Amino acid sequence: MLAKRIIPCLDVRDGKVTKGVRFLKNVDVGDPVAMARYYYNEGADEIVFYDITASNERRGIMLDVVRAVAREIFIPFSVGGGLRTLEDMRSVLLAGAEKVSIDSGAVRNPALISEGARAFGSQCVVLSMQVKKTGARPDVPTGYEVVIDGGRRPTGRDALAWSLEGERLGAGELCINSIDRDGTKLGYDLEITRRISEAVSIPVIASGGAGEPAHLRDAFTIGLADAAIVASIVHYGEHPIPALKSYLKRNGVEIRDAVTLDLTPP
Amino acid sequence: MIAIVDYKAGNLTSVQRALEFLGHQSEITDRAERIVAADRVILPGVGAAGATMENLRALGLVEVLRDDVARAGKPFLGICIGIQLLLDRSEEGDVDCLGIIAGRVVRYPRSIDGRPLKVPQIGWNRVRQTRPHRVFAGVPDNTHFYFVNSYYPIPDDPSMAIAASDYGIPFTAAVARDNVLATQFHLEKSGAAGLKLLDNFCRLSC
Repeated sequence: MLAKRIIPCLDVRDGKVTKGVRFLKNVDVGDPVAMARYYYNEGADEIVFYDITASNERRGIMLDVVRAVAREIFIPFSVGGGLRTLEDMRSVLLAGAEKVSIDSGAVRNPALISEGARAFGSQCVVLSMQVKKTGARPDVPTGYEVVIDGGRRPTGRDALAWSLEGERLGAGELCINSIDRDGTKLGYDLEITRRISEAVSIPVIASGGAGEPAHLRDAFTIGLADAAIVASIVHYGEHPIPALKSYLKRNGVEIRDAVTLDLTPP
Repeated sequence: MIAIVDYKAGNLTSVQRALEFLGHQSEITDRAERIVAADRVILPGVGAAGATMENLRALGLVEVLRDDVARAGKPFLGICIGIQLLLDRSEEGDVDCLGIIAGRVVRYPRSIDGRPLKVPQIGWNRVRQTRPHRVFAGVPDNTHFYFVNSYYPIPDDPSMAIAASDYGIPFTAAVARDNVLATQFHLEKSGAAGLKLLDNFCRLSC
């Protein structure tokens, strides 16, 4: 049986982790490589980096981060934020990321999904979307609309319809980030996560709102998510990944037990 | 020197970085003479069976892998698509593969008992060690490994399987015969357990 995945998310600007990760002793919390190493050792099942670097000229910095992470982190990790072209995707993958996460770029140019899937395989392409509860209307029958540019711009696309379109175009996974829940610690938006998960046949990642261990349990058991993004719930040290995992196991959720093995030569 | 077979697809550098981390020297190559000269050969991969076989054929590597590596007793490790290519034939693209281990490769069912099955399988799954093998030395039974696959191998001789897992149905997750070893899961993405298996392979004497 496949384990539910816990995926810490690190926002990176100009090569530095932003969004106060501030609890860790002896870890440079601003250093994305050190943070990735920390979460890898904690038993994260995957890691996602969002590059929020504003200027295009400084985007190369993120590739250096990806290269450094790939040399010492041997679990899958993905990179998102500002990927607009096939070449953007290629350079991140060649630098060592397992997957790319595309968001606004895919809304503006849906062919990016199919071209990416054809060039690198569907398993490399995560379609990430920011969804906002707007209330049902003819063009947004579920009442959840896809928004872009950090949530500022509505698209008139229904979250479920866009998910199905993304799957058809070749996305390998969907990441559903509730813009309403993001940063609130009120829990994931279970309703839209479940509706999408029931409708598609690719993995669905819940994102936005985790504040308590029970929120992860609910994302998996009620929201039917295959994976969950965690940010402040782990970044502030209140609920370290091993504690989240034991809580989920006690609650009957299939979880990966990370093993530590002696890798020194015999 | 370990040769990592470059068949013009997939993320080959992740396997090389894992080997580097473990202190093993490797070379990514598509040249027959380098593969023949190597101490060990790894066929890694992400990709589709049809396209991969086509690339191997175009590079003239099919016979090299079959005759000069597998049958010549050189330690040979296939990863992911690499396990599927070992068998006779794949449903994916309906192609002939290397035929090093008798059997076929099939797709996961679309549904189990009326409930849809998400394909590809993406994520961590438990691996049962069904037959003792030195490559598992130090790795506990039922450890999770990272999978990304829509197809899985069915060897004609079930005793070729050394590990199994369950995704809706039980399936073969690793096979071994003499010098030939292959896993459906990604050793280079499976954390410490994957690295341990990879390290064990690099130290096996066949």
